[in-house]
Amino acid sequence: MWDYVKLVALGVIALLAAIAANYARDPAYLVNAITVMLVAGGVFLWALRRVGEPKLAAPANEYFDEVVRYGVIATAFWGVVGFLVGTFIAFELAFPALNFEWAQPYMNFGRLRPLHTSAVIFAFGGNALIATSFYVVQRTSAARLWGGNAAWFVFWGYQLVIVLAATGYLLGATQSKEYAEPEWYVDWWLTIIWVVYLAVFLGTIIKRKQPHIYVANWFYLAFIVTVAMLHVFNNLSVPVSIFGSKSVQVFSGVQDAMTQWWYGHNAVGFFLTAGFLGMMYYFVPKQAERPVYSYKLSIIHLVSVGFYGMSTFEGPMMSIKAVNSLSHYTDWTIGHVHSGALGWNGMITFGALYFLVPRLWNRERLYSLSMVSWHFWLATIGIVLYASAMWVSGIMEGLMWREVDANGFLVNAFADTVAAKFPMYLVRAMGGVLYITGALIMCWNLFMTVRAQPAKAAVNANNFVPAE
Amino acid sequence: MDTYSLLREFADSWALLLLTGVFVGVVLWAYRPGSRAIHDDAANAIFRNETKPACEGACGGCSCRGDAATKEA
Repeated sequence: MWDYVKLVALGVIALLAAIAANYARDPAYLVNAITVMLVAGGVFLWALRRVGEPKLAAPANEYFDEVVRYGVIATAFWGVVGFLVGTFIAFELAFPALNFEWAQPYMNFGRLRPLHTSAVIFAFGGNALIATSFYVVQRTSAARLWGGNAAWFVFWGYQLVIVLAATGYLLGATQSKEYAEPEWYVDWWLTIIWVVYLAVFLGTIIKRKQPHIYVANWFYLAFIVTVAMLHVFNNLSVPVSIFGSKSVQVFSGVQDAMTQWWYGHNAVGFFLTAGFLGMMYYFVPKQAERPVYSYKLSIIHLVSVGFYGMSTFEGPMMSIKAVNSLSHYTDWTIGHVHSGALGWNGMITFGALYFLVPRLWNRERLYSLSMVSWHFWLATIGIVLYASAMWVSGIMEGLMWREVDANGFLVNAFADTVAAKFPMYLVRAMGGVLYITGALIMCWNLFMTVRAQPAKAAVNANNFVPAE
Repeated sequence: MDTYSLLREFADSWALLLLTGVFVGVVLWAYRPGSRAIHDDAANAIFRNETKPACEGACGGCSCRGDAATKEA
């Protein structure tokens, strides 16, 4: 019965997407509708061929690791894509000719930039969070993921969000909210995915065989719940047409700006901080093979992050005027973001991938530890180049913009600051090259870990010697 | 009074008091007497059940086999 319901639903979605593509009012909507049609149609055929096949009962005495393996691959893949786009737009800023005439407007800075930010934050970071949370919640709950194939729905649905958003950006669909650029139908789809994600995660915790809910799971939970709330409130918009990508925000003016940066700062606080702290509280003590130094401190830590979230309500109102008058709109902000994103989020994710791949694919160890060192140092030097270039560039910009002569006239034109930044832009782009080189070395290392080594004696997917 | 000033006043008084109380309460609760054993056990949760879920009905004083069983609280 469920098979037929699924088939009917997929068929209807494909049909509606075809109708939507036919009436599409803009290219982004057209391509997104065709994408949905192809995906729904493809899944329809795939499901059709499997109708009537005997269903294998999910083995309750095994962890659901296949979806984590896919998540690890997706994380590495989207990471490289995001870094590549980022490095390219860094060169676009240094050499504007790279905004090729033949690729206008699709590959200019304005459209590639949200592609870069969404790819690294939501595709790379998001996949890392989903994959690790599924891995960690199972181990720390001593229970298989709740909800059967719902985890697959979360994984593939999330990839669809990424593809729809990315192609939409290139074709001009954006609601012009930083880090919340995807248009209304992508937002709705992501909301559905996120609710199922919460259900799978929470369901696993509820059926846990451990007396405790390990602290990492509280962090993941805070991340999932808060992101759901932020996402819904920041994307309250009314579509102009059901056949077009354009929508109008419910809030306007100051209210919209406040909502946007309530979302924006808490996205950093809960997506890039709380979720990644959850990763840390599992992988760091696991790698060190000893429990966290102070479990009490970690509980307090969690509450502190809660306060951090509330304090960002005030953030937009309370930014220090004296500092902000110098730093605002300058590269200082970009440097700050990247030292955090490349250093904190990137490095934690790389560490988690190095931890997970040998375990998930049942290999003795990583292919090469010296390649890990190369990756680490390339990434570190890349970050240092990036951040220091942006500090210098940002403070220089701020000073040049405010410089006035004896009569009170501004000394510099905006173009003067652009010209003066060229050397720093070059250094920044080189930092990006080093960082992505390190990531490519990681991908090769992880690939060879699986490819070049025999599997350990196969007991199960995550082969450890039982601690008896 | 306009909405902003009203909420501002509330945030700077009762809400501040309540949230500070919650925070202090959590600190006291975390350091309550006898919590060490529970916390040590929780901190070591990541070293159990690495390869397999605990078997059905494992909780509450049973032990299936080595790695799979959780200790009785």
